[in-house]
Amino acid sequence: MSSLLLATEATDSVAASFPVLSALVILPVLGALLLLVLPKSRPEHFKQVAFLVSGATAGLAVWVLTDFQTGSADFQLVDTHSWIESLGISWTLGVDGISLWLVVLTGLIFPMAIIAMDAEHDPKAYFAWLLVLEAGCMGVFLALDLFAFFVFFEIVLIPMYFLIGKWGHGERAYAATKFFIYTMFGSALMLVGILSLAFLNEAETGVLTFNLVELAESQAIATTTARWIFLSFALAFAVKVPLFPFHTWLPDAHTNAPTAGSVILAAVMLKLGTYGFLRFGVYLFPEAAVWFAPALVTLGTIGIIYGAIAATMQRDLKRLVAYSSVAHLGFIVIGTFSLNTEGIEGGILQMVNHGLSTGALFLLVGWIYDRRHTREISELGGLQKPAPIFAGVFMVVMLSSVGLPGLNGFVGEFLTLLGAFAAHRWWAVVAATGVIIAALYLLWAYQRVFHGPAEGDNATMQDLTFREGLIMAPFLVGIVFMGVYPKPVIERMEPAVDALIAHVEFHVEDFEEPTADIIAPVEGDHGGDGEGEEEGDH
Amino acid sequence: MVEAVWLIPAFPLAGFVLLMLMGPKLGEPRAGWIATLAMGGSFVSSVVVYLGLLGEDAHDRQYVQTLFEWVPAGDFSVDVGFLVDPLSVTMTLFITGVGALIHLYSIGYMHGDPKFSKFFLYLNLFAFSMLMLVLGDNMLLTFLGWEGVGACSYFLISFWFTDEANASAGKKAFVTNRIGDWGFMVAMFLTFTTIGSIQYTDIFASASGLSTSTATAITLLLLVGAAGKSAQIPLFVWLPDAMAGPTPVSALIHAATMVTSGVYLLTRMNGVIDVSAAWAPTTIAWVGAATALFAATIAVAQNDIKKVLAYSTVSQLGYMFLAIGTGAYVAAIFHMITHAFFKALLFLGSGSVIHGMDDDQDMRHYGALRKLMPITSITFIIGWLAIAGVPPFAGFWSKDEILAFAWEDNVALWAVGFITAILTAFYMSRQVFMTFFGRYRFADVRPEELEELTAAKIQAAEDAVTEAEAGIGGAEEAVVKATEKFEKAQEKLVTRQTELAEVDQADEKAVEKANKNLEKATDGVEKARVAAEEATAAVESARDAVRAAQAQVANVAAASMGSSSIEFDLFNAPALGDMSVEDLPEAARARREYHPHESPWQMTLPLVILAGAAMVAGVMNLPFTSDLHFLDHWLEPTLVHPAHLTSSASVKWMLAIVAVAGGLAGIAAAVAVYLQGRYPASKIERPILARGWRYDESISNFMGGPGRKGFDFVAWFDATFVDGAVNGVGRIVRDGGGQLRRLQSGLVRSYAAMVAIGAIALLVWFLSRANF
Repeated sequence: MSSLLLATEATDSVAASFPVLSALVILPVLGALLLLVLPKSRPEHFKQVAFLVSGATAGLAVWVLTDFQTGSADFQLVDTHSWIESLGISWTLGVDGISLWLVVLTGLIFPMAIIAMDAEHDPKAYFAWLLVLEAGCMGVFLALDLFAFFVFFEIVLIPMYFLIGKWGHGERAYAATKFFIYTMFGSALMLVGILSLAFLNEAETGVLTFNLVELAESQAIATTTARWIFLSFALAFAVKVPLFPFHTWLPDAHTNAPTAGSVILAAVMLKLGTYGFLRFGVYLFPEAAVWFAPALVTLGTIGIIYGAIAATMQRDLKRLVAYSSVAHLGFIVIGTFSLNTEGIEGGILQMVNHGLSTGALFLLVGWIYDRRHTREISELGGLQKPAPIFAGVFMVVMLSSVGLPGLNGFVGEFLTLLGAFAAHRWWAVVAATGVIIAALYLLWAYQRVFHGPAEGDNATMQDLTFREGLIMAPFLVGIVFMGVYPKPVIERMEPAVDALIAHVEFHVEDFEEPTADIIAPVEGDHGGDGEGEEEGDH
Repeated sequence: MVEAVWLIPAFPLAGFVLLMLMGPKLGEPRAGWIATLAMGGSFVSSVVVYLGLLGEDAHDRQYVQTLFEWVPAGDFSVDVGFLVDPLSVTMTLFITGVGALIHLYSIGYMHGDPKFSKFFLYLNLFAFSMLMLVLGDNMLLTFLGWEGVGACSYFLISFWFTDEANASAGKKAFVTNRIGDWGFMVAMFLTFTTIGSIQYTDIFASASGLSTSTATAITLLLLVGAAGKSAQIPLFVWLPDAMAGPTPVSALIHAATMVTSGVYLLTRMNGVIDVSAAWAPTTIAWVGAATALFAATIAVAQNDIKKVLAYSTVSQLGYMFLAIGTGAYVAAIFHMITHAFFKALLFLGSGSVIHGMDDDQDMRHYGALRKLMPITSITFIIGWLAIAGVPPFAGFWSKDEILAFAWEDNVALWAVGFITAILTAFYMSRQVFMTFFGRYRFADVRPEELEELTAAKIQAAEDAVTEAEAGIGGAEEAVVKATEKFEKAQEKLVTRQTELAEVDQADEKAVEKANKNLEKATDGVEKARVAAEEATAAVESARDAVRAAQAQVANVAAASMGSSSIEFDLFNAPALGDMSVEDLPEAARARREYHPHESPWQMTLPLVILAGAAMVAGVMNLPFTSDLHFLDHWLEPTLVHPAHLTSSASVKWMLAIVAVAGGLAGIAAAVAVYLQGRYPASKIERPILARGWRYDESISNFMGGPGRKGFDFVAWFDATFVDGAVNGVGRIVRDGGGQLRRLQSGLVRSYAAMVAIGAIALLVWFLSRANF
């Protein structure tokens, strides 16, 4: 994210010839259109086509990953086309270390969410909406133009609204409406913010542009104004994350959404908010981000504790997982607004980790619901006896969510807390107690669902099927891999994160990355491989 | 040779992976053998590494092997790497050694369990985590092992998960440990943000530069972590419950290895403790001393053989903390090793007893088992002498060293340690006497069974009363009926007499008939009279029956006056009274047929080896001359300030003699109470002690009461206020939708409307500038 103009940043990658990022957005849309023209007489085709299209998109995402140049902080594979030139709006997509993993996550989660569950009715529309949703999510993570970003951010709402409203359970209409109005309210504010930013920037510089990099680099608008505009963005993202106290749409939406909807909602859509904070909050408004950081870290910390406590008392298993998301996302927020490398990297890792573990948890809970037709914890019990493999998989995923070292959740959680400790020591100390409550609510739920004697229908619940095992396998591989060897993930994001922090340091007077307050290291005569820090006091 | 260190954790990891992939196919006993072999390989590797390290000069005994970068994030960077030094190698030696023996033992103990291979899967995973804990070259890798062993402990405590109690105990262990883990984590943050690294070599080198306040904070946070894992006040509550797991688990995890992690961590971080304020180590010492005494008092009143050992473990860990607090790190490690031997031995011995006694864990049901389980009893007795501090067994040497350091630090600490030593000797003797000596009590009818029988008898007598009372009712009804009949018969007689008087005397036939009728009527009256008399007598006898039944109830009740207060009597079998053996409940009769048995060789061999270790392990660090302080010299390079006793030889001898005298006094007291019956046990085994000073109950009550209410309040607050506000706003907006003229009323509504209008205005302006 140097000050180079994007257009001149021609990468020497072969992929430059093929607009792979645009393809990531367009392919699912084409898939959705294809579904619309398929005859209704062969409903089984809908799922197959949707799976193939999302699978191909996943392939493109992996292509992006392999083409991605580690060590570069720049936006890569940039694909830019003029759109509305007179307004400075362009179709500009690009990926850097911050968005890379979210793009990969989105690409991989969708085919699994699609294959895991059948539509209960009207499969054509169901799968078409899922593909539109995928396009929207990809667009949000890839857009480098504020206008395009806003369009994608809004597009995402519509398919999810229908998925909850038409294919959901329980009070689905209420949940869908609540979800829509709530997030719409946030986006309306953000639209005001985007437009104000563009026009105020034009007033200062004489150039009207919606280009993210140009706006971020110019930093032309007055400090106070920037803070107000940041606030409008922040509210939109806070609703999306969701940050306490804007979270109550989430349990309703999660609980009533169809399983695939819950998986996508947790794994991908909540990240629109945390990603937005990073890309459009911190990057566009470094001064305001520094100014608001204590408040946001406070809300994040409250979310960690509050979400965990609320999760403990839930009687519905899906609702419990939903509240656990509030807690987990709190870690991301405190990491992000630590504004140091450890915290931000931990936050990004946690976005991916939460996608893996909570996505998998929602799938597993969905399968329990399919089998037992209830999600009431009190009606379940002793399931480990009839379904030992199911229980084992649930256990691994649960421990990843608890943050057990060696599994993915720990690395992100630890780094966010470490970053927060360097920046806001006492909040980190309080937030760290969240790991205690996390163990409490998840283990207690596990005990009530899987331990104890199995009675009635519980005693005969079917174990994990081979197909379900295949769907779970990638999740489990990811959970273990990211826990044991997160380096490939971290090292790809580090240059971009460092550049972002340097950007904040450059534009904000008196701001220095909050890091360790290190005592001058004593030169020891002990061996070791010299990992010791050579940094002096500051 | 030290390069082979990676093999040490690799063996159990390979065992774990193998068992995960094909455990059920391997089945019993092959899965167990594979796991045991993995541990054996790990032990051999440890010995190789040990020899390699021994070959180096004392100051070169440090080797770091880095496998790969684990979490490199900005300035923060940790590797998956192993630190080989005397401390970590000492730990691996006894972890793999004792671990291999316990794996072998488990093959016998878990025989026939449907989840046989899964048990060994968890056991191997545990061993791997434990080895990562001690071998990790940085705090984060230790933390990985730390939480890993916690998770395995959770799996294994709730191994028989269909029982809610086991499931709850597992969860309790994990959650309580997590409280400690919080301390560990924050300690890591603080260490990293001040030293800039959490690698042990860096910490060791840089710790002296820490400010006192920072070092104190890190020390106390580590103490929180250590108190969780090593079951110290106030976090010890999970360990007694952890006995719900299979006994080999109790031996391996909850006695010999995992629970010593806290001691290991504090020793590893001795450089930081060294620069903390003086009161920080003093706090550690007092936490240890208080825990040691507190747990020992509870152990005195436990009847479950494993609960005694569990509280004993808590108490012995307290000694180790006491040692660390007084700067005696080597003494702590010394006691950790000897304790690993004798406590593993005692747990495995108790498992052997439980195994041979039909899974009964109540020591009151044992007695005289030394004849029936000779190997178990002899090895157990060796373990007892070791823990009771009888020279020359291992426990004497290590405990004596701790007490000597305590003496030099603070006489009060020594006194607490000394009283604990007496109590230890007492409760362990009690356990040995109740289990292996005295009268064979397994076949006894048990007080609760007698109570049940008496209750049944009283019930029967009361039923008889009810029946007899019903008899009175019937008899009285019969009397009424008979009386009615009699009256009718008399009426008939009168009628017949009148008929006779009125009949035509000339008509002989008629006269004859009337006479006959009269006779019949007279007979009828007579019969009815007899019947009435009989019925009256029946009433009387029914009344007698009721009286008799009531008397029986009174009798039984009187007889049971004694039985309601029946206590276990170690010396006299409970009297059956007028009952015969056939009257006894089936379980009691089955016990008379049951023959306790010695365990198979897979179980007794580890007992014998551990007993040998418990006898001679003291030679590791004999106090007589400096040359015999092997462990001191060996561990010295890992300590910033190795502590040495400064007292004169005569003081040390005095302390040793006093300590031995204390131990013998404890044993003598137990002899008087539990072998000779000179003093009633009930005076010692107070209910308050049996209930652990109600500490655990209080916490449970708090968690289930105010704690739960607090949590409920948050959930209610969320649904009512936070969500309620959202729905309220939604309703206002909806209601206001059609009534735009009331725009000005209500802040939220007008705000929302302003935003909408603003957005539209901007959009219009923006679109008007569009130039398509």
